[in-house]
Amino acid sequence: MQYHDIVIVGGGPAGLSAAVAARKAGISDILILERDNVLGGILNQCIHNGFGLHTFKEELTGPEYAARYIAQVKEEKIPYRLNTIVADITHDRRVTYINREEGLVTIQAGAVILAMGCRERPRGALNTPGYRPAGIYSAGTAQRLMNIEGYLVGKEAVILGSGDIGLIMARRMTLEGAKVKVVAEIMPYSGGLKRNIVQCLDDYGIPLKLSHTVVDIHGKDRLTGVTIAEVDENKNPIPGTEEYYSCDTLLLSVGLIPENELSKGAGISLNRVTSGPNVNDRLETEAEGIYACGNVLHVHDLVDFVSQEAALAGENAAEYVKRKTAQEEEKNATEDGTRKSAAPEGESAAAEARGDVKPAHEEPGRHKVPLIAADGVRYTVPQFLETDGMRDSVTVRFRVADVYKDRYISVYYDDQLISRKKKKVLAPGEMEQVVLTKKSLAEYPRTERITIRTEVE
Amino acid sequence: MSSQRYDTDVAIIGGGVTGCAIARELSRYDLNVCVLERTEDVCSGTSKANSAIIHAGYDAQAGSVMARMNVEGNRLMDRLAADLDIPFRRNGSLVLCFSEEDMPGLQALYVRGVTNGVPELRIISGDEARAMEPNLTDEVVAALYAPTGGIVCPFQMTIALAENAYENGAEFRFLTEVTEIRRYEEGYELTIRKRGERLNELNSDASAAVSVGPVPDAAGRGGRAAVGTGAAAEEMQTITARFVVNAAGVYADRFHNMVSRHMISITPRRGSYCLLDQEAGRHVDKTIFQLPGKYGKGVLVTPTIHGNLLLGPTAADTGDKEGTCTTAEELAEVTAKSARGVKDIPYRQVITSFAGLRAHEAGHEFILGEPEDAPGFFDAAGIESPGLSSAPAIGVYLAEMIARKAGARQKEHFVATRKGIPHVAAMHREARAALIAERPDYGTIVCRCENVSEGEIVDSIRRPLGARSLDGIKRRVRQGMGRCQAGFCTPRTMEILSRETGIPMEKICKNQPGSEMITGGT
Repeated sequence: MQYHDIVIVGGGPAGLSAAVAARKAGISDILILERDNVLGGILNQCIHNGFGLHTFKEELTGPEYAARYIAQVKEEKIPYRLNTIVADITHDRRVTYINREEGLVTIQAGAVILAMGCRERPRGALNTPGYRPAGIYSAGTAQRLMNIEGYLVGKEAVILGSGDIGLIMARRMTLEGAKVKVVAEIMPYSGGLKRNIVQCLDDYGIPLKLSHTVVDIHGKDRLTGVTIAEVDENKNPIPGTEEYYSCDTLLLSVGLIPENELSKGAGISLNRVTSGPNVNDRLETEAEGIYACGNVLHVHDLVDFVSQEAALAGENAAEYVKRKTAQEEEKNATEDGTRKSAAPEGESAAAEARGDVKPAHEEPGRHKVPLIAADGVRYTVPQFLETDGMRDSVTVRFRVADVYKDRYISVYYDDQLISRKKKKVLAPGEMEQVVLTKKSLAEYPRTERITIRTEVE
Repeated sequence: MSSQRYDTDVAIIGGGVTGCAIARELSRYDLNVCVLERTEDVCSGTSKANSAIIHAGYDAQAGSVMARMNVEGNRLMDRLAADLDIPFRRNGSLVLCFSEEDMPGLQALYVRGVTNGVPELRIISGDEARAMEPNLTDEVVAALYAPTGGIVCPFQMTIALAENAYENGAEFRFLTEVTEIRRYEEGYELTIRKRGERLNELNSDASAAVSVGPVPDAAGRGGRAAVGTGAAAEEMQTITARFVVNAAGVYADRFHNMVSRHMISITPRRGSYCLLDQEAGRHVDKTIFQLPGKYGKGVLVTPTIHGNLLLGPTAADTGDKEGTCTTAEELAEVTAKSARGVKDIPYRQVITSFAGLRAHEAGHEFILGEPEDAPGFFDAAGIESPGLSSAPAIGVYLAEMIARKAGARQKEHFVATRKGIPHVAAMHREARAALIAERPDYGTIVCRCENVSEGEIVDSIRRPLGARSLDGIKRRVRQGMGRCQAGFCTPRTMEILSRETGIPMEKICKNQPGSEMITGGT
């Protein structure tokens, strides 16, 4: 069986960033597996600008942002396979992939980085009543058809859900000459970024109807219209508020779901809120040596944070491989002086890395401190810290459950308030973060749980 | 037999499971058979949206045609599934009884089943039922267990019947709507309206061009076409036939009443369903029915042959023969009723909901055969549940009846078997690797949820009576049937369909003309 130090599943923004970071951390034997015919993932169809403000301090389009990472991957000569789908990952990191050239291939990975991204929630998941005609697309599918394939999906559209892709597509369809009649959002607030509401709806006079949803779909062959109604606080349609909109297209932007079928196959359990794996502060899942980053871990708002997170996963996977290789070597050296390394093809990396590898007896223990999301904080990533092996600082990312004004984000070690930061506005559409430091945790060595909550004064 | 006086010996109206089963059975004989289908594909009406159940046969009234066809159809399924290479499993069914006072009803059902000739029926206690199916609720006091109940893929069943009929010489005309029927000599003349042209020529330049299975030579088939292939859309034409089979589903009354004074009435009875993710597919193993009792008629909960969980149907009579819309009330009813017999159904895992129309005849009985005032016109009308289960038997029954009347002989070279499209993801590793080595497009996964390769999609198009629409591909190889509901694979599948058939992207349809996917270029 072939062996690779690090196998990265997915060549989108997360996979690319993880690969570059792992290479910079000293691992040469990396393989990226990408199902599409190009690297870059969903960024390729995001032809609007606004990417990279944090990372590159400039506004790039999606393809431009991806190109910067692809250039690094190529510069570093990191191998990748395109048109290749991963069929299976086992708990002990055997990765089976399929493509037309090689057929079925199973490889043993030293470490695996999950970077499969997410998919869109379809109409079916909403159980929206009515007919099932052509012309109903999830926003990302329509985006692909328009921006990659060059086809207009319709001339008169209604958009259900105000997720970012829906908002972006409202503008995109308008620019292509289609009439976007309304965006309906079942929640009393938008799930998208504020800047997208301003730049994609307000600037084009497209109404956003909060607390509204589609209650009927008309048209047997191609969509002819939808009925929209206001919903009450339990999201039930209020009789008498129905309005009919004629349209040939309904775009759905009603949520993204991390694509974790492979993770589940590897026996990794998923977090109920994020639908991604539970990870420690090194972004390692419950399966040893399998890391997760990007939208497969939790749905991000900005790609910059995906890249940051993925770089961390790449570095940590590299460290893991180096540590394991060193352990193997040490073990072999004691057991059998003549053998150098048990890991085939891993020797050069191991030798290169020998300088900064921790001796096996210093391997971090699995003392876990759970991170608790409370009082308006929906979840945290990571879900727990392993304090012994912790880096100097750990960024904890999360989203809030509702729109809040003038609240604090507070961090507690057990019942001890450690930090609080006032936020004028908190919204579910925007990801938040706090940074935990090793230094501050060292002052509370017996901490049993860390709680992150929102607080009013 | 081949009469010079008619364009075809037998014209079958409707390419649903009944029409296709009759066509397949008729293709055993030396008869020209022509199936006239209004839409672009077979399996586009009632046959595509139902419970996908092969009923055991205890439901229908003792002595009814329905009972006979159901039990016989069920019996024929093993052989049919093997011959046509379609998935079928006798998972068994349970009819749940929720109160002691309903026990006589359960007893009556048992007796009726035994009378109908259903094998191996028995009544079991609530505890026995729960031992079989741990997710049954504590409310269940007893159940009727029928081990011969089964599950099938209605799409594959109908398509396989059609393909096999086609390979044995039956002709299929799509986008061909029958608008009138008149007596013509000893037979009938049908006025047909062409609703568009179905592309039969495949793109030979296609990169993945391959031929799959024997593709019968177009020149060698029966049914001397009365109509050229270059007919423009919406054109009215006529076709004459010695015999007509009325397998028109919810429209069967319309055709029957054109030739007979003994009017029948078919009411479309809408049933809504919810389909759950394959993760929920093992929630029950058997098909779980509810005994109609003091709480009304229940809904069923069943695994599908492909491992999803299916809930439904409701029953609402509608005047609209095209009224396949779901309603919020009916979907809520599916949820509420399913929970009565089966606990902890993970409703959050619904991946789609749909509605189908049953062709309900006022007398709730199958109408098979010739009306006394319309000789040569054979009804297969009122085919509601258990119509799918009965289709194999109805096919045999009507084909024999017509062959006898026509004095037709069995062909010498009837091919009873047909090979399905390989589902490469389900194959063993070595077989799959070998197949990919031979046909690399089996190594490109297009639909990730259902693991459908490009090769399978190409096959679905290039087969005899291959798919010409996205729904046609979906029903043949399950592309887009999974949890993302075609979100990722729609653009790619459209491209493949366009590449293989030469249909321009702007004309790619979800199903029949009018359901175009895109409106133009950017």
